[in-house]
Amino acid sequence: MPSFVIDEKCDGCKGGDKTACMYICPNDLMVLDVDRMKAYNSEPDMCWECFNCVKICPTQAVEVRGYADFTPLGASVMPMRGSEDIMWTVKFRGGTIKRFKFPIRTTPEGEAKPDGGFGVGPGTLNDQLLFTEPASLKADKLWTLGD
Amino acid sequence: MQEFKTVEVETDLLIIGAGMAGAGACVEGGHWAKENNVKLTVVDKAAMERSGAVGMGLSAINQYQGENTPVDYLSYVRQDLMGLCRDDLVMDISRHVNGSVHMIERFGLPIWLDADGNYVHEGRWQLMINGESYKAIVAEAGKTAVGMDNVIERVFVLRLLLDKNDKNKVAGAIGFSVRDPEIYVFKFKACIVSSGGAVHVFRPRSTGEGLGRAWYPPWNAGSSSYLTTTAGAEMTSQEVVFIPARFKDGYGPVGAWFLLFKASATSATGFNYMAEGLAEGGELHNWPPYGEVKPIPTCLRNHLMMIECYRKGDGPIFIHTDKAIAKIAEQAPDEKAYKKELKKLEAEAWEDFLDMTISQAILWAAKDVFPEEGPSEIMPSEPYFIGSHSGASGAWVSGPEDIQIDESKNEYFWGYNRMTTVKGLFAAGDGVGVSSHKFSSGSFTEGRIAAKAAVKFCVENPEMPEFDRAEVDKFKELIVRPLKHYEAHKNYTTLGTTTKKYDLPVEEVNPNYITPKMAIFRLNKIMDEYVAGWGAQYNCSAITLNIALDLLKLLKEDLSKLAARNLHELMRCWENVHRTQIAEAHTRHKLFREETRWPGYYYRSDFSKMDEDKWGKVFVNSVYDAEKDEFTMLTRPIIHLVDIKEVVGM
Repeated sequence: MPSFVIDEKCDGCKGGDKTACMYICPNDLMVLDVDRMKAYNSEPDMCWECFNCVKICPTQAVEVRGYADFTPLGASVMPMRGSEDIMWTVKFRGGTIKRFKFPIRTTPEGEAKPDGGFGVGPGTLNDQLLFTEPASLKADKLWTLGD
Repeated sequence: MQEFKTVEVETDLLIIGAGMAGAGACVEGGHWAKENNVKLTVVDKAAMERSGAVGMGLSAINQYQGENTPVDYLSYVRQDLMGLCRDDLVMDISRHVNGSVHMIERFGLPIWLDADGNYVHEGRWQLMINGESYKAIVAEAGKTAVGMDNVIERVFVLRLLLDKNDKNKVAGAIGFSVRDPEIYVFKFKACIVSSGGAVHVFRPRSTGEGLGRAWYPPWNAGSSSYLTTTAGAEMTSQEVVFIPARFKDGYGPVGAWFLLFKASATSATGFNYMAEGLAEGGELHNWPPYGEVKPIPTCLRNHLMMIECYRKGDGPIFIHTDKAIAKIAEQAPDEKAYKKELKKLEAEAWEDFLDMTISQAILWAAKDVFPEEGPSEIMPSEPYFIGSHSGASGAWVSGPEDIQIDESKNEYFWGYNRMTTVKGLFAAGDGVGVSSHKFSSGSFTEGRIAAKAAVKFCVENPEMPEFDRAEVDKFKELIVRPLKHYEAHKNYTTLGTTTKKYDLPVEEVNPNYITPKMAIFRLNKIMDEYVAGWGAQYNCSAITLNIALDLLKLLKEDLSKLAARNLHELMRCWENVHRTQIAEAHTRHKLFREETRWPGYYYRSDFSKMDEDKWGKVFVNSVYDAEKDEFTMLTRPIIHLVDIKEVVGM
């Protein structure tokens, strides 16, 4: 389905004006039913299965069931995303379970500095040098036609 | 219907869409704007953290020059697009892209390193990454550069507004919040359109629940093309689609399998179509000079598959993952080393899916697929519009001043790098045409290039332009029309009274209106059947294209009767208007170019050969007159800035 919300696990991100899944979904699919304080996927056939709602849900209430028009039932793929890495559990229809762990970033969250530590650089609005160049190029100068 | 209030935003430079190109524009623009006292604002229809094509993640950076020169990269791009590329744009990105990759690495993206601390290459230009958080990391740097107060999310930009005193200059934009009843009116000196390519113009392979499983994300609705086209900007190469051949149904990436693991592909009965195509007298020799030089262009690789599947009926195409793994493992000295190597390869193969196409991982798990045990099917997808990959559609923009020769200076340079033919209107990423193969890192780079030039434009054109207020009022009325239309007619037909879990029924039948879902199906059917989608086995002719134009005209009329039940559907309505615009432009471009230059992307059955004399030295461009609803077709010369002696491969 695309992503779906498990009724008993969802608490509607209580207190907030929008749920985490509503905040993150790139396709604006997640909706909060305010009467029941439960989120749901309002347009499953426009879901890309990008898993951003699954990764962000604070109560692990969101999962994905593969598109029913070509995916047999019974498998699942679940991420657990931390601040430095992500752990995936892949359950096969036939019972096989595989786990994979991959790094996701090398800096603490919030520490992505726009200049990447390369400094501003000597460029001006009237030349071809971009911000941080040539240091970020790790070259002495910028290439131009004829070089 | 709720009352809409108007939010007015005045800024100097507006970045419209913050995927990879827009995030690059934020990082670069943030610096130059601050230095020059220029106000910078960014607007995104989603949350920047995961918006755009890299929102799910990515398993490789596909453009890194390393020690190669921009001329090397140009040789590869020109070859892959069957000769169609702007040398200045491609080499401009190439010369800056290493810097972008190094910056992104410092933002926090893990790039694979070997034992000596060097990047692990998937191919000559490609770096392997742990890219689950690629977009989140880049967006973070972009937001910091612009300042959180200047980031506007969940606002869909519908249309650009022109200067009332100069119709060839932008002055603003209008859109609406997809969460609150608010119309946004932006006033600015310049803008960068980095609003992505177009998906769901053609019918996807899966049309049930899997409708959203396109290779490129379903939220890329052709907004870049629509915004620049309707502002009167000259567009280029709208005929060039991209059709990726990927693992069947899930559209999982094959790059690591082909490039890193050296897997081979054959027809169903084992015909090695690539080797046979290359051999003396093989099919590739019918497409000189591009078919005879490696790397074989993407469209020609598709073409060979399509011959097997559609002409010979020897489909599907199998990628022999099992043989590739066995071959690599064979090189292990003993059983223990073999098992270790196999485990490493398995993790790499799964990460390729999990980082960027998780659906493919679910599909393999659901079908109990073990790649070491047998081959898998690969299949060409539906056509996409994407200026950043092996496609070429987008705006016709000025190049850099210094990468020109005398002959090109008048044709390719008009003052500001990446500015379209409309003053103050810049484009980047999928929004720029014939600047192909920039992928994520090159799109980020192109956003940077555009942002610096756009800040310069703001400094040199300090007067705030004025748009026509009556025009704004007209668009305000237009934006909410689908909501009003629904309210006016919704009680005409019956609806079930069964208690539903959802607050809205899935589809309504009403003779007064068309829902956005049915509009997209109608567009998809026209494009698939008459404009060379997979359903027509990628064939079209002047006859089918003209039928499509007739049907598109009727569709366009009916789009004025779109009905929306809420703000989300209102966004869907206008996305389909955006899609329909590029659909028509594409059809007209295809009709105009009377040859088959990209077999494997589409075939003109009435002009089945490549005509190098007539079409090999020109770009097909078009200009749209929004008031008259008319396209003018034209050509622009392909000028080679450097001679390519040897094509550098992948």
